[in-house]
Amino acid sequence: MHIAEGFLPPVHAVAWGVASAPFVVHGARSLIREVREHPESTLLLGASGAFTFVLSALKLPSVTGSCSHPTGTGLGAILFRPPVMAVLGTITLLFQALLLAHGGLTTLGANVFSMAVVGPWAGYGVYRLLRRYGVPLMVAVFFGAFAADLSTYCVTSVQLALAFPDPAGGFLGALGKFGSIFAVTQIPLAVSEGLLTVLVMRMLVQSSRGELTRLGVLVTSVAGRKTADSAEAVTR
Amino acid sequence: MSRNAKINTLLLALVAALAVIPLVFGLGDHKEEPFAGADAEAETAITEIDPDYEPWFSPLYEPPSGEIESALFALQAALGAGVIAYYFGLRRGRRQGETRALERLRAEGDLGDGAGSPRPRI
Repeated sequence: MHIAEGFLPPVHAVAWGVASAPFVVHGARSLIREVREHPESTLLLGASGAFTFVLSALKLPSVTGSCSHPTGTGLGAILFRPPVMAVLGTITLLFQALLLAHGGLTTLGANVFSMAVVGPWAGYGVYRLLRRYGVPLMVAVFFGAFAADLSTYCVTSVQLALAFPDPAGGFLGALGKFGSIFAVTQIPLAVSEGLLTVLVMRMLVQSSRGELTRLGVLVTSVAGRKTADSAEAVTR
Repeated sequence: MSRNAKINTLLLALVAALAVIPLVFGLGDHKEEPFAGADAEAETAITEIDPDYEPWFSPLYEPPSGEIESALFALQAALGAGVIAYYFGLRRGRRQGETRALERLRAEGDLGDGAGSPRPRI
């Protein structure tokens, strides 16, 4: 989903930068608040950012015969809500833009908007919606991560189609082209990301019950769980 | 293997299968350059749509070779994996310490007030 350096016309580059900036600023404030109010969550925040780091470095082959990578933003969005991921996603994109010539500074705004803003919000939205209708946690996590991943690439396709409408087919023609490159390639990768996010969430449920309860991912209704939480809380 | 570990292994196996299937079935064979990056394909599509488009900015730093680029990608993944492993290792160690501490407390408690006391359930 990385739009390469210089590949968006200046007007588009600036517009996406302006669109992303408030989300990143708001995200930075909620990140600082989270760390200040709950210093114990710093470690899990770090792990969520690290998950994005790993997954966006993993270029995987897809059924379309090309390679792409997952984004890893769904996990953090589910755990800490999407604003925090606007910051963690931006850090990842900056690392890749500066060191790997992957993405770029002029296209950072557009890439942040797709991967660090829309992706996390879409994933979080799907997750919350499914949870509200009583869907089991891990199923909701899977579809949340799936949606975060796929929506990111759909946004990238829209961004490129807006900047480069097809001479014959116009915006929709270009959307079809970029969509077939990005979105279709991404479907199996989004499944992989969903599965990996479920795996990490399962490990978190085992290792960090207290933390997940505080974040509202797990609900304490069973007495057995409560004792486990309090045991963890006492020794923390 | 516990049921939990089995499910986790199955999840990993599914991810591996999803990555391997396109390679095994040669799904990239119809392309000039099989399994190229989608990002690069998008750049090609842009130049097809608008042959006159010139990128107006170039990266400040570009890895001088494919090897160095893959090294930096590996570094990115390793940093992430390291932090995640640290997190789960720390959690596991803490939990083991808690369990041991509770066991010790319970053992001392049992000595103190006899066999009749209710055991704390974990």
